[in-house]
Amino acid sequence: MGLTGISLVLFLIVHAGINACVFADLADPGENGEMFNKAAHFMGSTVLIRITEIGLFAGIILHIVQGLLLTAENKKRRNVGYAVPYTAGSKWYSRSMGLLGTLILLFLVLHLYHFWASARFTGRGLEPVTYNGVEMHNMFGLMKATFSEWWVVIVYALGCLSLYYHLAHGFQSAFKTLGVHNKRYNAMLSSLGYGFSAVITIVFILMPLSFVLGWVG
Amino acid sequence: MEHYNMNLTVKVWRQKNSRAQGNFENYSVKNISSEMSFLEMIDVLNEELIVEGKEPIAFDHDCREGICGQCSMYINGKPHGPWQANTTCQLHMRAFKDGDTIVVEPWRSAAFPVIKDLMVDRSAFDRIVQAGGFISVNTGNAVDGNSLPINKDAADASFAAAMCIGCGACVAACKNSSAMLFLSAKVAHLALLPQGEPERKSRVMNMVAQMDKEGFGACTNTGACEATCPKEISISNIARLNHEYLRASLTAEK
Repeated sequence: MGLTGISLVLFLIVHAGINACVFADLADPGENGEMFNKAAHFMGSTVLIRITEIGLFAGIILHIVQGLLLTAENKKRRNVGYAVPYTAGSKWYSRSMGLLGTLILLFLVLHLYHFWASARFTGRGLEPVTYNGVEMHNMFGLMKATFSEWWVVIVYALGCLSLYYHLAHGFQSAFKTLGVHNKRYNAMLSSLGYGFSAVITIVFILMPLSFVLGWVG
Repeated sequence: MEHYNMNLTVKVWRQKNSRAQGNFENYSVKNISSEMSFLEMIDVLNEELIVEGKEPIAFDHDCREGICGQCSMYINGKPHGPWQANTTCQLHMRAFKDGDTIVVEPWRSAAFPVIKDLMVDRSAFDRIVQAGGFISVNTGNAVDGNSLPINKDAADASFAAAMCIGCGACVAACKNSSAMLFLSAKVAHLALLPQGEPERKSRVMNMVAQMDKEGFGACTNTGACEATCPKEISISNIARLNHEYLRASLTAEK
């Protein structure tokens, strides 16, 4: 769980970094997503990254399967529940990793349909755009169209919020699973985990919000 | 501290044996002194039940001074009741006020089947310890205590882990019924000392295997165990156990 979790954390850093290119439009309003489209094109057309993508999917699937098995197995370990559950000793999101993971999975299905499936297979809602003679997908345009509806923005925000709580527990827990027991490092990793979760969530939520409010695009 | 008497309603889990269906029974107890321990309150209730010709409530207890790990009641939604770093026998009735309803349940875990009422079978812990929670020492003259230098920090950390009294509150508190805090305390206690070194790898492998066999759940680091442990065993022991296990898995001779 920890190992696959950390690999997905690394992916989130790349994902948030590439997508943050949409904010280039803020500094240069005529930019219209050029930096983001080029970055997305680079990610989609580089062989090494496409190979890494297979690893990423393997990691996601493994994490999901491990998570579902773990949750199901652990549920069986207490056949008679308590009349008064013990909740004071742990955080609600630490106890709800299975639920939060499932919410993220549901969000992921919609998210992959919106962008990944469109770019790779269906071409749904995609216009071509040409920079310096190179034709590529206008992913920026697809984001703008997708995030023109409030319900999509709200679903994305809720998906990201689930991700925040999932990471708030998962980040520091992953290192404990891998055996980090130095008190100073654990304290550091715990703070880093909360900080990382917050930054990643804010960056992700800001994207659909910026489009729907007309800040970019 | 001001002394007072109270009348209480105690809602207790009653179960005839491990196969029977259990249920809650309500009892009212009167004139309970705030200076009584929780177990003394149960003693008073049991005496009344015996006088009435009813079956007294079965519960585990032994030393009644917080060191044996026998008492095991889950009181008002927390193992060992509302106080921190405390066992049921050291819980005093001043933790409650007149008119309170107190819900008392046994430890709940598939690996700790209920024997009767509030008593559960914790022999799974004994079998885990038998699998490796020991050191092998040849008989002969006792070695001089100071002949084996031990780092002070390691000795302190080992002692803190050795504080575990094996009560099972960690399992009772954990949403997964995981025994990792207990196991990690036993492993850390010996792994930190030179005496534990010869069996260090086989110990952790065998004890983890036995724990899995007993039907405890897997740890998800929620921290509920640490929060309820009467001896304040640190959850960092679990990360240490993970480290010991990983190290043993990668480097064991067989």
